[in-house]
Amino acid sequence: MAVTVKLPTILRKFAGDEARVQAEGATLAEVLKDLESRYPGITKNVIAEDGGLHRFINVYLNDEDVRYLGSLETPVAEGDTVSILPAVAGG
Amino acid sequence: MTQPPFTEEQVQRYARHIILPNIGGAGQRKLLDARVLVIGAGGLGSPIAMYLAAAGIGTLGVVDFDRVDVSNLQRQILHTDADVDRPKVASAVEHLRAINPTIDVVGHDTLLFSTNVFEIFEGYDVIVDGTDNFPVRYLVNDATQFMGKPLVYGSIYQFEGQATVFLPGQETPCYRCLFPSPPPPGTVPSCAEGGVFGVLPGVIGAIQATEAIKLITGEGQTLEGRLLLYDALHMEFQEVRIRWDADCPVCGKEPTITELIDYEAFCGVPAQA
Repeated sequence: MAVTVKLPTILRKFAGDEARVQAEGATLAEVLKDLESRYPGITKNVIAEDGGLHRFINVYLNDEDVRYLGSLETPVAEGDTVSILPAVAGG
Repeated sequence: MTQPPFTEEQVQRYARHIILPNIGGAGQRKLLDARVLVIGAGGLGSPIAMYLAAAGIGTLGVVDFDRVDVSNLQRQILHTDADVDRPKVASAVEHLRAINPTIDVVGHDTLLFSTNVFEIFEGYDVIVDGTDNFPVRYLVNDATQFMGKPLVYGSIYQFEGQATVFLPGQETPCYRCLFPSPPPPGTVPSCAEGGVFGVLPGVIGAIQATEAIKLITGEGQTLEGRLLLYDALHMEFQEVRIRWDADCPVCGKEPTITELIDYEAFCGVPAQA
């Protein structure tokens, strides 16, 4: 399953400054693993050491927070959009 | 209830609102009776406060502790070159009064801490957050939740911005439903480190002013429950849902945070309003 991953500014440096990239997988975990294999280091601040999702960077499948869908086990479908969203504080 | 009449000056000044469907005389009266506090007189605070002053918010408060630096002027349009080194609040109050001398503009030249936030917020109906750091953002979220006041949230980083509205009350999300605690030091760069596109806070701040006005007039649909994301570089708007989190440490079923927290400075950025 090919999905589009929208990257926040702080992660674009891992992906050649691209704002959106493609990744493959049947679940969010597989998509993030594929993303990491393509762009090493990119999921370091998304996935915690315990293997779960960090709480200061949210991940959305289309417009829904994946915490309410099944977290890393959330199934993804062809053409879905995964958005990675860090907390930002600037003003 | 009989509404106090507008003065002739007010009729002229607010004519384009008064003739506007969804605002009208009744809406303008609500704006004139409203008390709004803008946190920060910087990139976001500038357009927020300027539009709210122009709109005739009857009591408009501004909190900041900082002084105007020449590097602020690329985006903080409330201040001018002549204001460099002045306290931001002094500059803000002067310029807001110049925009609209008929409203009450109140300056709070201070940092926000757990010890003064309740006292300052007490005098306002709506809080608009334009601060530039996590400690104050969490302080403002928690204080507005504890006090039952609506919060208009906006934040920016480089070319990207976020905005939403957090309402107090049962089963409505707050900032901690979205991000339960501040990120660990070193994971998120500050504006000073990362830079900021000067026009970006203009867009996000104008959205925050829009939402504050809608909260006051009760018209339209606010961003409550929706996080609006803006990417200036690619000129894209996106929305994601924000759900109330039953496990939220502040507004969940069994809150674990019941008093204000002064988070330590981190990311090399001192806690500041």
